[in-house]
Amino acid sequence: MAHDGKRPKVLVPTGYGLNCEAETMFAVSSAGGEPVPMHIADMVAAGPAVLADKAMVIFIGGFSFGDHIASGRALAHLLRARLGDALVRFVDDGGAILGICNGFQVLVKMGLLPAFGRRPGDPVAPQQVSLTANDRLGYRDAWVRLRIDRRSPCIFTRGIDRDVFECPARHGEGKLVFGDEATLPRLAEAGRIPVRYAGEDGEPTTRWPDNPNGSPEGAAGLCDASGRIFGLMPHPEAFAYRENHPDWMDPAGPPAPPAAPLLRAGLTALAR
Amino acid sequence: MAFSAAKRRIEIEAHPRVWGAGPALDSLARDLYGKLRAWTGLSPARMRTRKVFWLHVAMTDDEAKRVLGALLDPVSEVGVFGTLPDGVDEAEAPPWVVTIRYLPGVTDVVGRTVLRVVDDCLGRATGGTVASGRQVLFWGLARDEVERAAREVLYNPLIESVCIERPPRARDVEIPSPGTTEVPAVRTVPLRGASDEALVEISRKGMLALSLDEMRAIAEHFRTRGRDPTDAELECLAQTWSEHCKHKIFAAHIDYEGPDGRVRPIDGLFATYIRGATRAVAQARAAQGLDPPQAPFLVSVFHDNAGVVRFTETDHLVYKVETHNSPSALDPYGGALTGIVGVNRDSFGTGRGADLLANVWGYCFGPPDYDDALPAGLMHPRRIRDGVHHGVIDGGNQSGIPMMRGFEIFDPCYAGKPLVFCGTVAVMPVETAGRPTHEKYVRPGDFVVMVGGRIGKDGIHGATFSSLALSEAAPVRAVQLGDPLVQKMMFDALTEARDLGLLSGMTDNGAGGLSSSVGEMAELSGGARIDLAKAPLKYPGLAPWEILVSEAQERMTVAVPPAHIDAFCDLCRRRDVEATVLGTFTDSGRFEVFYGDARVVDLPLSFLHDGVPRMHLRAAWSPPAPRDAGAPRDAAAAGPALDEALLGLLARPGFASAASYVRRYDHEVKGLSVIKPLVGVHRDVPAVATVMRARHGRNEGIVLGEGIHPFYGPYDPRLMAVAAVDEGVRRVLCAGARLDRLAALDNFCWPDPIESERTPDGRFKLGQLVRCCEGLFDACVAFGLPLISGKDSMKNDAVFEGIKISILPTLLVSVLGQIDDVRKALELRLTHPGDVVYLLGPDTGSPVRTEYERAFGTAPGPTEPPPPVEACVETARRFVALRDRGGVRTAHAPGRGGVALSLAHMVLASRLGLAIELAGDEAAVRSLLFGETPGRFVVVAPAEHEPALRADPVALRLGTVVAGPPRLAVRVRGGGGFELDAERMRRVFHAEEVDRGA
Repeated sequence: MAHDGKRPKVLVPTGYGLNCEAETMFAVSSAGGEPVPMHIADMVAAGPAVLADKAMVIFIGGFSFGDHIASGRALAHLLRARLGDALVRFVDDGGAILGICNGFQVLVKMGLLPAFGRRPGDPVAPQQVSLTANDRLGYRDAWVRLRIDRRSPCIFTRGIDRDVFECPARHGEGKLVFGDEATLPRLAEAGRIPVRYAGEDGEPTTRWPDNPNGSPEGAAGLCDASGRIFGLMPHPEAFAYRENHPDWMDPAGPPAPPAAPLLRAGLTALAR
Repeated sequence: MAFSAAKRRIEIEAHPRVWGAGPALDSLARDLYGKLRAWTGLSPARMRTRKVFWLHVAMTDDEAKRVLGALLDPVSEVGVFGTLPDGVDEAEAPPWVVTIRYLPGVTDVVGRTVLRVVDDCLGRATGGTVASGRQVLFWGLARDEVERAAREVLYNPLIESVCIERPPRARDVEIPSPGTTEVPAVRTVPLRGASDEALVEISRKGMLALSLDEMRAIAEHFRTRGRDPTDAELECLAQTWSEHCKHKIFAAHIDYEGPDGRVRPIDGLFATYIRGATRAVAQARAAQGLDPPQAPFLVSVFHDNAGVVRFTETDHLVYKVETHNSPSALDPYGGALTGIVGVNRDSFGTGRGADLLANVWGYCFGPPDYDDALPAGLMHPRRIRDGVHHGVIDGGNQSGIPMMRGFEIFDPCYAGKPLVFCGTVAVMPVETAGRPTHEKYVRPGDFVVMVGGRIGKDGIHGATFSSLALSEAAPVRAVQLGDPLVQKMMFDALTEARDLGLLSGMTDNGAGGLSSSVGEMAELSGGARIDLAKAPLKYPGLAPWEILVSEAQERMTVAVPPAHIDAFCDLCRRRDVEATVLGTFTDSGRFEVFYGDARVVDLPLSFLHDGVPRMHLRAAWSPPAPRDAGAPRDAAAAGPALDEALLGLLARPGFASAASYVRRYDHEVKGLSVIKPLVGVHRDVPAVATVMRARHGRNEGIVLGEGIHPFYGPYDPRLMAVAAVDEGVRRVLCAGARLDRLAALDNFCWPDPIESERTPDGRFKLGQLVRCCEGLFDACVAFGLPLISGKDSMKNDAVFEGIKISILPTLLVSVLGQIDDVRKALELRLTHPGDVVYLLGPDTGSPVRTEYERAFGTAPGPTEPPPPVEACVETARRFVALRDRGGVRTAHAPGRGGVALSLAHMVLASRLGLAIELAGDEAAVRSLLFGETPGRFVVVAPAEHEPALRADPVALRLGTVVAGPPRLAVRVRGGGGFELDAERMRRVFHAEEVDRGA
């Protein structure tokens, strides 16, 4: 996707109970992108054309339709019906999609992730995995460590120069479950689990609270085969200033915030 | 296409592939199992849960299949039309199946979303009805045990119904309807000829909470007009004149007999002490030239939904704290949820709309381990606590507003009525669409538009109900359930409308419903005229007066100029937000309400707003009898060993970690957090105050803290107020707030202070209120702290089975501070070995120590008068001067529980320790550690700043920061002392949660 020196446009769908637009747009701006917020009602009304001049779409966090039936289900249903094929074509044509928290739940329930076995040109895949209630029921807000899988095709995580980065996790339904036993190892093998919850030693873990939901293998996110669709439960966009980090006042200081580097890597990969 | 049976039922449960180990198969079952064991001791052999939906939608069987496909998760769930098989293992005895659903008319947010998915799925507006419910299956319990589990853990009969059965189950597909098709007629209430007894009876029976004087004033008004009022007029007056809306006690004339025995008149507590304090502060600021004349600090105070103060050149700050006590006693989850989303509307609806920034919460409950007999009708405090937390968690999280402060206080006095404080800070653009945003400019001819949710019978009489004691007679209809989704969508749309300049004013539909919101906004233009028949209803059958006063949630009343009405309604339609033109604002001087052609209310605004007769009350206060003067030093020394005492306090509910609740509040959304509610290297110690940015890309921030000291009240309510102000201010200063940009809110929660047969000690309780207001005034003026908004809740008594439980008078002071650069904010952790530790502030020798006495039941030591508030202000100034010179590494504001808790919190937050060295005998050391003298700071300073501290007349050297494993070591010169490892303190600090299995 070519960008003639202008800031690449990043579509940020809003409304219907989503609520992370402010920090997501700030992260996009910090990464050199131009955030374009748009109410989902307007996006659906505009149809596939709305994607034409965009480099990236970020499905943000929040409680779409209150997460009343199950997290992300109602919005995923709406988007799959109206824009599902347009979104996969957008990625086939070189665009990127990021889903954070509720956005990840929506991508999974729309069938955009992991889209195992889908080839470019195919219609949107069926839902293959799900995100369900945390092992310890209920919403939890706490910082987590994420271990990056360096073999992953994910274009976003390339922007982080450390193997482990931190950010807040804030969800009640973040445990990945799989329809059959074969899927998880095959995804892992293909590097399609770009980030895993890690313990103090930096190693992936299923132990609470380092892993807040009990996801197997510590899986915190997934990407598609192209690496251009990435979804994760934790919120890297909420670590945009060093003062977001719980230890920023330590004499040693906190690590650099991951929000801008993740998005910049995504946008740079597209511009190449 | 053949539409088949319109009534269907869907049941959905977890797929076996996601079952967990243990007796509870799914995660909701696991959570309920834990509560069941902890609260009732019941241990089912196995449990599982299900979602149930009832659908009355005309669709074909094929369409129904598609609908099921849309609702069901293909990976993690199984579901069917009809009923799922109930056995897990056929060899076992069948389970008890408990089905819980909302009573007709109660807001069902899940049902509404399911209907939306159905309509999306079928591509048409079906006009159907959907209800949701849940099912819990129990194996291994007897029927009476299942009934007990249902009653004590699973459901609330005020809002839900329950069905307990064993397979084979009846196939229930009905959705009971709450409405009737007939609209009740408007009645005329014969007041003019009524006797006093009859007037009192009309008020009592109608739940109007109007006094005889007020009923007489209404009868007199209508005598002059030559007719009797309609039921709608009487209801409208009752809501507008309720204690909840009109603050009659704070407006009353009071003859007050003080401790000196002299009686003096007070011309309204609010005017004298609250507004009086703010005026005095504003005048002092002007005299000192603190603000440029065209940019006063106080932008809008007391007349709008929330107070507004100046912040940056582009933004003001808005703050409001509310209480939602009575509803939370009846339905803890729904009452508290409604509390947080309700105060969101207050801050949002200030001026022409503000951007919500942060929520705060604070609760006073009966002790979670309360084991006295509770009268029937009262819930156990631990269940109230659990429900209240979850209600505010859901309401706040789903609205996308970070929860930045929280506290809990436990005492048996709150077992009758819990106190549920909810507050919201907002940031308001100085200007939008070319006008100052804090101003409403409603003009005659502007449309009255109701936006958001629909009207039902829920929440009728909320305002009058909260103006009465809680009793068995509480109206079920006073309970409401909020829908954060509808409200969030409404806020999003109204923010767009504000920025486009489409609205001239708005206000919240809260207490009193349309009668209050339209009635209040009518004052801006000089009148209003609306037609209730146009109001969208949840179901038919509401009488006009019910439509007028219903407090159904998620509604704002918006004024829209005629030029923008089409654009406004079009915007709302595109955002799936219901907006209905009900009428127009006028300049007729009247509030006129029609139902179609029939005029149901015609009241002069002057009578509606100013016609309430002013009360004349009597108050008296004198100090409690002097305390035992026998052996004061011995009494002061009594109690467990010093280290046991500190551990005992750390383990007490209210001080012990409540992380299993606190971590469920989202405090990171918006990405602006700087000092979070839980701090320290283990992220588990409550912050002294919290700090966050207010806008992305800017470094200015807000600082939030509070003070609350109900246990000082019995000593002296004046001290309670001074201590609350002082603690709130010290807290925000510790985190880095400017001293010259502070603002505060007052929330009074009192037992009924009006002398009557039921309240024989009313004169004393009102005297306590006067005394408290005096202290609040003095402290605010001394600190230069304006009160920018507040709220009073004056009937916090519960009467059940003839037993009256009254709360202790309680004042919450919430402080909003400002910091120019959040990168200079201070946290709690110790970072540099060799730093020196000082106690800065006046010492009174033998201070009040309420928490120590509550914990250990020791005879209180002698109390000496606390330092004058001026001494506290002086200390605060010196602290800020030292801080701004870089002389404060970290600081704590000792409050309830004393200096010992402050030191313990610092060590718990750190990888370093404290070596403290104290002088004095046992009694003196105990007083120093556990006394609660106001006005003091524990200051950790770089060693190079020690000379300044050493030179300070009221600074006491406590010790130094030391390397090594984190530990609090206290050595008493001349022998004694203790050492406590952080690990040991942390174990008791988290003990409650270990028990909960969290």
